[in-house]
Amino acid sequence: MAVLFEKTKLLTDKQFHYCPGCHHGIIHRLVAEVLDEMNLQGKCIGVAPVGCSVFAYDYFNCDMYEAAHGRAPAVATGIKRAVGNDTMVFTYQGDGDLASIGTAEIVHAAHRGEKIVTIFVNNAIYGMTGGQMAPTTLIGQKASTCPTGRTEEWSGMPIKMSEMLAQIPSSYYIERVAVNNTANIAKAKKAIAKAFRYQMEGKGFCMIEVLSTCPTNWGLSPVEAIDWLENNMIPYYPLGVYRDKEAE
Amino acid sequence: MSNLVRVTINEERCKGCALCVRACPKKIIELSKTKINAKGYRPAEVTNMEACIGCTACARTCPDVVIHIEKD
Ligand code: SF4
Ligand code: SF4
Repeated sequence: MAVLFEKTKLLTDKQFHYCPGCHHGIIHRLVAEVLDEMNLQGKCIGVAPVGCSVFAYDYFNCDMYEAAHGRAPAVATGIKRAVGNDTMVFTYQGDGDLASIGTAEIVHAAHRGEKIVTIFVNNAIYGMTGGQMAPTTLIGQKASTCPTGRTEEWSGMPIKMSEMLAQIPSSYYIERVAVNNTANIAKAKKAIAKAFRYQMEGKGFCMIEVLSTCPTNWGLSPVEAIDWLENNMIPYYPLGVYRDKEAE
Repeated sequence: MSNLVRVTINEERCKGCALCVRACPKKIIELSKTKINAKGYRPAEVTNMEACIGCTACARTCPDVVIHIEKD
């Protein structure tokens, strides 16, 4: 008898508190599988954010730290500089955390070329607090604080973090992926594995942006939410590599 | 010919999101029409295990990691 698929031991047995169909669970699994496959348990420290994934420290079966809202890159900086290059340090952050209150921290971590990986989950809304407009909310998208839809005139255009951080000279590797189908799930895992490998090699700042659904706050079923992501998010936030210094 | 693949869905942990239903290329997964789990969700069920090709698409798509797949 051969096992074709089993839950990785780098996830704890605790049940995710996420809503049905939320992509956080898929993204957690990919991160955990890569940690497992690279034998990083005991050699990595993750930093959890504030937001829906605030309890990430309960789910990853490795050392975890909980940062104040948006400050995960600053906390990861301190940890990395204390523990050195033998330990892989990553942050796991949502768009309300990273692209809003934590923008200064992520920009400066990238500018300093901190040797950390950031997993940035972009679902274009504030999930935990009940579906408010985020800097990443799309034009026309409805949220509790823009019930008739976001407009450029009032709120400007949605922030493109990968494009922005790719301009920073010290950024080493920036890629945007999605987990909307099995092919993209495989690509997302490869991107995460590459970022973790670069860190183990002592390279600079890496960020993997993962587009994600938020069925509950988008007011859609989990399956409809994937269609919405494909029709609206991917056209505005194109998938692909925005920076890869090794390939340059 | 009996199929060698066995897909096990942990019904109590399933949240009935139907992402596995969408992902299965053989269209052999459905949300239960008769069961409701303790969380209040209709768990996913494989309706025709014989037709499964063991591609693991369902398990890789499940956000709650509740699908386990073996092959004899
Ligand atoms: S392994 Fe593939 S064919 Fe079998 S139930 Fe899962 S998705 Fe369908
Ligand atoms: S993807 Fe997982 S949680 Fe969702 S219905 Fe299928 S088995 Fe249940």
